Amino acid sequence: MWPDLGKYTDTILGAYGAAIVVLAALIIVYLRRNARIRRALAAAEARKAAR
Amino acid sequence: MSFWEFANPARFMRLSGRVLPWVAGATILCLSAGLVWGFFLTPDAAQFGSTVKIIYIHVPSAFLAINIYFMMFVTSLIWLIRRHHVSALAAKAAAPIGAAMTLVALITGALWGQPMWGTWWVWDPRLTSFLIMFVFYLGYLALWAAIEEPDKAADLTSILALVGSLFAVLSRYAVNFWNQGLHQGASLSMDREENVSDIFWQPLVLSIIGFFALFILLLLIGTRTEIRSRRLRALQMQEAV
Amino acid sequence: MRALLRRDLRLALRTGGGAGLGLAFFLIVVMLIPFGIGPDTALLARVAPGVLWVAALLACLLSLDRLFQADAEDGSLDILALSPLPLEGVVLIKALAHWLTTGLPLVLAAPVLAIALNLPESGYLWLIASLAAGTPALSALGAFAASLTVGLRRGGLLLSLLVLPLYIPTLIFGARCASLAANGNDALPAFLILAGLSLGTLAVTPFAAAAALRSQLR
Repeated sequence: MWPDLGKYTDTILGAYGAAIVVLAALIIVYLRRNARIRRALAAAEARKAAR
Repeated sequence: MSFWEFANPARFMRLSGRVLPWVAGATILCLSAGLVWGFFLTPDAAQFGSTVKIIYIHVPSAFLAINIYFMMFVTSLIWLIRRHHVSALAAKAAAPIGAAMTLVALITGALWGQPMWGTWWVWDPRLTSFLIMFVFYLGYLALWAAIEEPDKAADLTSILALVGSLFAVLSRYAVNFWNQGLHQGASLSMDREENVSDIFWQPLVLSIIGFFALFILLLLIGTRTEIRSRRLRALQMQEAV
Repeated sequence: MRALLRRDLRLALRTGGGAGLGLAFFLIVVMLIPFGIGPDTALLARVAPGVLWVAALLACLLSLDRLFQADAEDGSLDILALSPLPLEGVVLIKALAHWLTTGLPLVLAAPVLAIALNLPESGYLWLIASLAAGTPALSALGAFAASLTVGLRRGGLLLSLLVLPLYIPTLIFGARCASLAANGNDALPAFLILAGLSLGTLAVTPFAAAAALRSQLR
């Protein structure tokens, strides 16, 4: 099933690899920041409710 | 219900929250289907050999890089005219996605050109324009990061986005003039009209949809984060008093 | 308006060595080029138009971050914003002052430095013309970028990142005009595009910069 990439194997796999790395990093950063701010906001809301 | 209803942050949060799982599902589905189909199930092309497989990443990312910049232009304009915070925050959330897409387009573009031109980088008009756009994105992000006051940051980055868009378009023409005639015909851009064969066209469309869905997904997540961040800042300022 | 110009010119000339600093920087950068790429006169002649343009462009950057800084710090910017003079006019005046103290000296110094790089005879006139037409746009765009970074620490660095991409079209057409002339070709079309670009820039940037300043002063 794996296609024969011939002499372009390195370039093609390099391209796919680089793209996956960049996009994965982007997704991870977005998800982590989202989680972090959610936590901080919940804590601040709780503190406000307690006052 | 007009489109401007979404400008209300609370309503935006509710709606985006409901829509989010569907967008995530669409992203995973279309992206994996498009890329798997393109990579494993398509033949080599006459002109490019097996390197044609790079288009399933290069074309969608390039397409999005440009469209995200245009989206930032529009949302910046909306902020400056109608002062809808969701608009300004959407532009802020979109920028890193656009920068990443530009980077992917640059890397895949350079790698695609390498077998044909023998070097890792060429000053092809298309690649050069993308490099300039990447620097524009970086400047925009740097300005957001440098300014403390959120509304002032939104104002200044919006003005930058407007002027930047104008000069991005100007640069495109200037770069064509600068490097004209060098690689015409062998340009990396495979215009969708030139793509005659359905064999490549269909997985490509699927990939484009997948990338677009990814953009919407991250945009929604990012904007929601920014809205929450703004609320957090307001609470922190209250606490400090 | 003239009073503002005179005041800004005096300020620019007095602080930071005035016109001298930009010129000295221009000289040094041009001097570095042969050290970097070798003293081969044919090669230097080929790169001369582009190098002179890039060096002039970089020299313009030097005094930009101070453009609105002093006025912002002592509150004069607020006063200027309230004056009957439109803020767009203020921006234009400041850009003009910058050009007179930085850009214009560069235009005059360029042919002298071009000798050091062996610029062919045919290139001199169009080098001067292209710089004369292009440097006002550099000052105007610089004023715009300065309006975005007023009051920031390390604003100069960010200002460079913001303004340099905006310089690219002007650089392309300006350097092209000078090179075409140096190679004996017709430089007029490139010059006309450059001039049009500069005029358009001068028309648009004051509005953008004024909008930015209003936001800064809020």
